[in-house]
Amino acid sequence: MKAAVIVFPGSNCDRDLAVAFEAAGADVTMVWHKDSDLPRDVDIVGVPGGFSYGDYLRCGAIAAKSPVCTALRGHVERGGYAIGICNGFQVLTETGLLPGVLLRNAGLKYICRTVGLRVETSDSAFTQGYNAGDVLNIPIAHHDGNYYADEATLAALKGEGRIAFTYTDNPNGSQYDIAGILSDNRRVLGMMPHPERAADAGHGGTDGTALFRALTGALTAA
Amino acid sequence: MKARVHVMLKTGVLDPQGEAVRHALGALGFEGVNGVRQGKVIELDLAEGATEDQVKDMCEKLLANTVIESYSVELV
Repeated sequence: MKAAVIVFPGSNCDRDLAVAFEAAGADVTMVWHKDSDLPRDVDIVGVPGGFSYGDYLRCGAIAAKSPVCTALRGHVERGGYAIGICNGFQVLTETGLLPGVLLRNAGLKYICRTVGLRVETSDSAFTQGYNAGDVLNIPIAHHDGNYYADEATLAALKGEGRIAFTYTDNPNGSQYDIAGILSDNRRVLGMMPHPERAADAGHGGTDGTALFRALTGALTAA
Repeated sequence: MKARVHVMLKTGVLDPQGEAVRHALGALGFEGVNGVRQGKVIELDLAEGATEDQVKDMCEKLLANTVIESYSVELV
């Protein structure tokens, strides 16, 4: 499986994401935000966490207009896979590839700790390594993770089983306790928690490993 | 010419920052502040001949996220 990880000015989880992909058996290429093309035959694009463009204007807003995001949109429109984690989730909502938006945490504080994350569906290349109902321990580290969408969007996400992960104890005011959602073709995942920070025994937990392994397995077989 | 763009959270979208400001005003003894909404003002220095429609296009594409924000444009 070929993975590309985008690097924006201010990304800080790009190398962690690359290491997690590699540990699961993927070939990883790092792609700079000014690049207007993705590597040929790339299966999945990773949009990493961090503070792209210093979070200026709105989190992810400037990154969403960068040349590489035009290439990302083309990749997704061709049926390609993408995962956005933390700031990457914010970028995916700002590009319109995922619905809704991430608002400031309800408690206004930046929160950095490990949370309980419930798997809501195993029906995706990202989550098929888990069972629906599994509770994972995955770190969060964000100031703007409070998922918001209008009622019609929330109803569609729920009705179509596109809520991938929820918090067991909502830390940020997110609607429906949403921590991660899928696109309508289930090939784009955005999530605030960091599975790449729970993907090695040295991290203190490995609950994120199954996500990367399942993805590599699914996309290599495809 | 200049344009001033006001961006505000839409009615109904929780504004935790505005709430925090409201609490702080109360703590300072300012009574009767029933609500605070915090937005932003963006000033654009534009070439002569720029139109309000062009600025609105900028708002739609970048300056505001219309999922949660409304905007108004003032040419000055």
